[in-house]
Amino acid sequence: MAAANVLVCVKRVPDSTEEVVLSEDAQSVDGRASGFTMSAHEECAVELAVQLAAGGGEAAVMTLGDADAVEQLRNALAVGCTAATHVVAPESYRFGPVDVSREIAAVVRAHEEEGRTHDLLLLGNDAADSGDFQVGIRLAYELGRPVVNGANTLTLEDGDDGPVVVAVGEGPDGQETYRVPLPAVVTIREGGVEPRYPSVPGRLKAKKVAIEERQPLSEPTGPGRVRLVLPPPTPSAVQILGEGPEAAPAVVDVLEKLGVLTK
Amino acid sequence: MILTLVETDLEGAATEVSLEAVSFGRDLSAAGNGVPVDAVVIGDVSDDLRAELAAYGVRTIHRVGGEGVAAYSGAGWASAIQQVREAAGSVVVMAAGTDRGNELMAHVAARTGASMAANVLSFSGLAPFVVTRQVVGGAAMEEMKLHERPAVFTIAGHAVEAKPADVSGAGEVVEHSPTIAPEDLVARVVSTSQPEVDESGALTSARVVVGAGRGVGGADKFEDVLELTSLLDAALGVSRVVTSAGWRPHHEQVGQTGSRITPELYIPCGISGAIQHWAGCSSAKNILAINSDAEAPMVTRATYAVIGDLHEIVPAINAEIRKRGYGG
Amino acid sequence: MADVPASAKCVVIGAGIVGNSLVHHLAKLGWTDIVQIDQGPLPNPGGSTGHASNFIFLTDHSREITDLTLDSVVQYKELGVFTECGGFEVARTEERMEELRRRMSSAKAWGIEAELVSPEFVKEKVPFIEEDQIIGAFWQPGVGVVDSLRAGTIMRDGAVAAGALTTVPNVEVLGLDVEDAPGGPRIRKVRTDRGDIEAEYVVIACGVWSPKIGDMAGVSIPLTPAVHQMISVGPCPQLAGGTGEINFPIVRDMDTFCYERQHGADMEVGSYAHRAILMEPEDIPTIEQSKLSPTELPFTEEDFDPQLEQAFELMPELLGAEGAEIRYAINGLLSLTSDGSPILGESHVKGLWTAAAVWIKEGPGVGRAVAEWMTHGYSEIDVAHSDIARFHPHMLRREHTRLRTTESFIKTYGIVHPSEQYESDRPQRKSPMYDQQEKLGAVFFETAGWERPFWYESNAGLVDKYGDAVMPREHEWDSRWWSPIINAEHLAMRENAGVIDLSAFQILDIEGPGALDTVQRTCVAQCDVAVGKVIYTPVLDAKGGFLSDLTVMRLGDDHFRVVTGGAHGMADRHTFTSQLPEDGRTTLTDRTDEISTIGLWGPKARDILSSLTSDDVSGEGFGMLSCREISVNGITVLASRISYVGELGWELYVAMGDAAALWDALLSAGSDQGAVPVGIGVYGTTGRIEKGYRAYGAELDAERSIVEAGMQRPKVKAADFVGREAYLAQREAEPKTILCTMTVDDHTSKSGQKRYMLGGEPILTRDGGTLTDGHGHHPYVTSAGSAPSLGKHVLLAYLPVDQATIGNELAVSYMEELYPVTVGSVDATSLFDPANERMR
Repeated sequence: MAAANVLVCVKRVPDSTEEVVLSEDAQSVDGRASGFTMSAHEECAVELAVQLAAGGGEAAVMTLGDADAVEQLRNALAVGCTAATHVVAPESYRFGPVDVSREIAAVVRAHEEEGRTHDLLLLGNDAADSGDFQVGIRLAYELGRPVVNGANTLTLEDGDDGPVVVAVGEGPDGQETYRVPLPAVVTIREGGVEPRYPSVPGRLKAKKVAIEERQPLSEPTGPGRVRLVLPPPTPSAVQILGEGPEAAPAVVDVLEKLGVLTK
Repeated sequence: MILTLVETDLEGAATEVSLEAVSFGRDLSAAGNGVPVDAVVIGDVSDDLRAELAAYGVRTIHRVGGEGVAAYSGAGWASAIQQVREAAGSVVVMAAGTDRGNELMAHVAARTGASMAANVLSFSGLAPFVVTRQVVGGAAMEEMKLHERPAVFTIAGHAVEAKPADVSGAGEVVEHSPTIAPEDLVARVVSTSQPEVDESGALTSARVVVGAGRGVGGADKFEDVLELTSLLDAALGVSRVVTSAGWRPHHEQVGQTGSRITPELYIPCGISGAIQHWAGCSSAKNILAINSDAEAPMVTRATYAVIGDLHEIVPAINAEIRKRGYGG
Repeated sequence: MADVPASAKCVVIGAGIVGNSLVHHLAKLGWTDIVQIDQGPLPNPGGSTGHASNFIFLTDHSREITDLTLDSVVQYKELGVFTECGGFEVARTEERMEELRRRMSSAKAWGIEAELVSPEFVKEKVPFIEEDQIIGAFWQPGVGVVDSLRAGTIMRDGAVAAGALTTVPNVEVLGLDVEDAPGGPRIRKVRTDRGDIEAEYVVIACGVWSPKIGDMAGVSIPLTPAVHQMISVGPCPQLAGGTGEINFPIVRDMDTFCYERQHGADMEVGSYAHRAILMEPEDIPTIEQSKLSPTELPFTEEDFDPQLEQAFELMPELLGAEGAEIRYAINGLLSLTSDGSPILGESHVKGLWTAAAVWIKEGPGVGRAVAEWMTHGYSEIDVAHSDIARFHPHMLRREHTRLRTTESFIKTYGIVHPSEQYESDRPQRKSPMYDQQEKLGAVFFETAGWERPFWYESNAGLVDKYGDAVMPREHEWDSRWWSPIINAEHLAMRENAGVIDLSAFQILDIEGPGALDTVQRTCVAQCDVAVGKVIYTPVLDAKGGFLSDLTVMRLGDDHFRVVTGGAHGMADRHTFTSQLPEDGRTTLTDRTDEISTIGLWGPKARDILSSLTSDDVSGEGFGMLSCREISVNGITVLASRISYVGELGWELYVAMGDAAALWDALLSAGSDQGAVPVGIGVYGTTGRIEKGYRAYGAELDAERSIVEAGMQRPKVKAADFVGREAYLAQREAEPKTILCTMTVDDHTSKSGQKRYMLGGEPILTRDGGTLTDGHGHHPYVTSAGSAPSLGKHVLLAYLPVDQATIGNELAVSYMEELYPVTVGSVDATSLFDPANERMR
């Protein structure tokens, strides 16, 4: 099996920090201090897309997001994707999972009409911010494609009736294997591949790729979000054993008490 | 009627989080007009399970069997649940917020055109139905309206306590053998295997994990921490900053985007405890934090802590362990 | 949770390189009971020190910055945290090569080992560089990297071990309590989330957060947090295999505003090329809100992409190596100020000090200087350019800092002409004559916010009149921010008369029962003179170094008026204020904004003035160094017979509202006599340099003495004054260096073009040999300028005593070529009109 045309869908999300800051209207997380990233699941999806496209296929990336989300597209381009689509959606937090899956499907259909096929659609298992756990699955229903959820490694094989993706993921009873004919949707959970960091030449190449910009198909119906709130701080019950190296005996006392030392 | 998916373990017993979901369903029922709480189980229902679910107030246990659900497929199982739901006329479908639970509820929601709320912690109103759920890996919460019927959602682990009902339910078992459409079986588990234990597996199963974070200060400054790891016959786990900086390989990473560890003792050294790291280590039974910042979340959430420079404290601990004749 | 001590002699806020150096030096100087606090944990509390690239290039065009850097290097070496690796500043363009030649001048002047080298030389030491991309480099073998966090820990630990210091991390400052005392506000207490600390001294040494803390006491610390971008690429096989952190010289790619610095197997690429990305101190995230640390902000790729490309051009094989990835990329926060200098010293709140806007390369030097200053009232290295007292009110606005740093950020590695003017946030202060001056085609330079005409295009016709006597300059660099009109105005003034706007003077009235005592204690010259006398005087620090030179007029028994240059005016105001008696009955009033000053000088000055007044302005009736109120064309003015340009004439002090009318009257009355408006180019340079007058900030600074400057008078007044003891000792000792005046004998460069020095150039022996004075310093040009009446280009420099002989033939190095010079004066005797006959 040579290669597939893969489209990986990524989302610009605030990077995780100790303390989350909410936007003033409490509709989104303020990521200005922490910075933005794509979730680790999606970084792995990008890596898998690049690997599966190697040898003749296309690794494309898309996002629905504000103007700034172009940064995440460039990051994916910098590590090996070669085409990018940006559905420019100001205030993208107003797009719920139903809206996003519909918009992704619209892009896939539009590309098909233009003669570009995406055999395999990869998404993260869940978004690091909104944690909806459903966009990939809804997308599969939109497009009438089979979907595997939460895989962490993917390989391509030739099946009896065409190419097949073999997806492996962690299930409750062990490692589960799926064999699904293309076209298909797979949501990725991190852990199976190590995402790469961009190289300098990769970064420079990414800069030169023209990014396709599209408008959303329709007004979003919304995520049903009333507001975001921060959880109350958990009271501390820590026992301070001491300060500095003088605390070492107290530490080893604890280690003895817990029975984790061996002669 | 409230329909709760009950997942079972390899022995056929209901999982703790599924019982929590049933308990949540009972609370919801109590807040409403006392609609019955039903369970749906895919696979066998032993007498013990039946008794337990009855004790948890379940009226009817919808047991789903047959070739269509013999192997797992998200669409196939969701189709079965959906058929049960339609047959039983439930207005709420819920599951525990496990990987499976979230996946199946997403399928159910997509099939019915309803919204789906993942990892719900509580509800605050019935008309409209407003739930509070975990977002941002647990660092924030979202209040969300679920307009459509059925209301489809999952319950975050440990959001409610699993407790038997004051009045047992009938626990009557109703058998279902739904027909599953072929297209719902295309993406189906074809084999299940136990993965070989690799290095990262050692981390998730280790009895003691020594953690290392940004406070270590550089790729060449792990000597003390590695020595402690070796003295305790422990595994080394690191924070995302450490792998991002290239100081240690990714498979050693603990966190939301790394391994989730469950050791008897976790010793994070120079790890401040960002949410994303906490998500990976919060199940440790004991945490002994070594950190220069007494205010660091890792310290305030720890069982024990030592405040100061890890490069002074860790060598002292290593020496003390040796002095007492441990560590081989 | 540890609480803070309830009281301390001194509280140092901040545990970065500055705070740590400061507690170290305070302890060394005998201070005890020091409490150091920081909002973050130790050893890295999360400020700029924690993410610094930690490399040190030695040569700066500023002597002050260079000396602080050199002192820091000595200290880092003593602490064992300095690794010498050498450093290149590479040039891609000829314009940059010229700048590197200027850097050679500065290196020679400041005594730093350096040489200009070929691309091949660079390639040999940095094999992965594309030598085709560069045309040459400035090589400093003494460049190195430091471990600034380790240095801080060692310094703190030393002070703790000495029993002088308690350091408490994780303490947030909530407020600073200031007490209103009769002698002015004074610091009382630091309020924190762990309790309050009563303190006599408080030092704000918390980098980018300093403005926020200063505001708590009503003290503006005008720095802005700004982003410097940095990425780390690796592992690079070319860098692997070495021992330690660094094995290759650091490369500063000056034309792209980038640097490449090895860190183990990684290459760090940093940039100052992007747009200035500024922040408000209040918007810096907390430790908890930050992904890495509060000063390591999310990287903004689009800002860095152009630099990445240029870095890749320079080191393609290294940065494009198989497996080399961009693993770390930050927008690191550092502190910028409107003039690029640190902010040090005591604020207007007594006992409240600042040590902020300091880079790693200056940290320990600043720590020592501020500790000495707090202990003795002065520091060994003169840090006047960094004095917090230098800021005028308009410079304390955050807007000013924002605009100026936005403009200057790109100059971090830029080619900055010594006379270069800022464009932003102007005009701030306009003299009453501004509109008339604009019509005259005034070219405005800015001093202390004042727009001052440097020359008037309306005088362009004089250039033709005087011909070659205006000493035209052929080279673009030499004539940038300059015009031959300056020299034409000079000649017109010497021939007839000139009218000069001096509105930028800082004017301070000291009144009350303690007025005489205050000026006597502050000034070297005898100030107990008759009412109506004018005194020119140095002002010294306790070790006998110059704090200023200025004039004082006695306007009444208990009323003195201090007139000083605008640039240094606020610092002088601080100096006099700190000498006021504590009882509050003697006051200092800043009248700068009420009073304008117009100078009228030249052989026709008396004729012009008499035509406008019936008061006696004759030589007998209005003697030198006297002042009195007269009526000029119906306008009351305080006339003071004094001159900084060596001509007969007056400074005329006039109410702001009357100044424009006086200006018009003088020019109109003088037009028949050939009087012209004359700019500061004459007043500040050509006029004064012909007269050998010394200027504070050029010839005079705290590292120079009256004796070395050749300004001693026969007697020293009996009344005590700051620095008296030191001055008396200086008079007894042999000087170690002497300020001399030289003229350039031949300006012809190798290319045949004539070149004119601008200041800062090293003075060497005729054949290029190094000269060293008794301090171990190398002579350099403190002021350079045309002396049109002499037809010479004049240079001032402190020479070794054995070289200070009239007629001694030496050389000046300019852009790496030697030009012959001859010593013309070895004391304050001027080359032009040495007997001062023209002033009578």
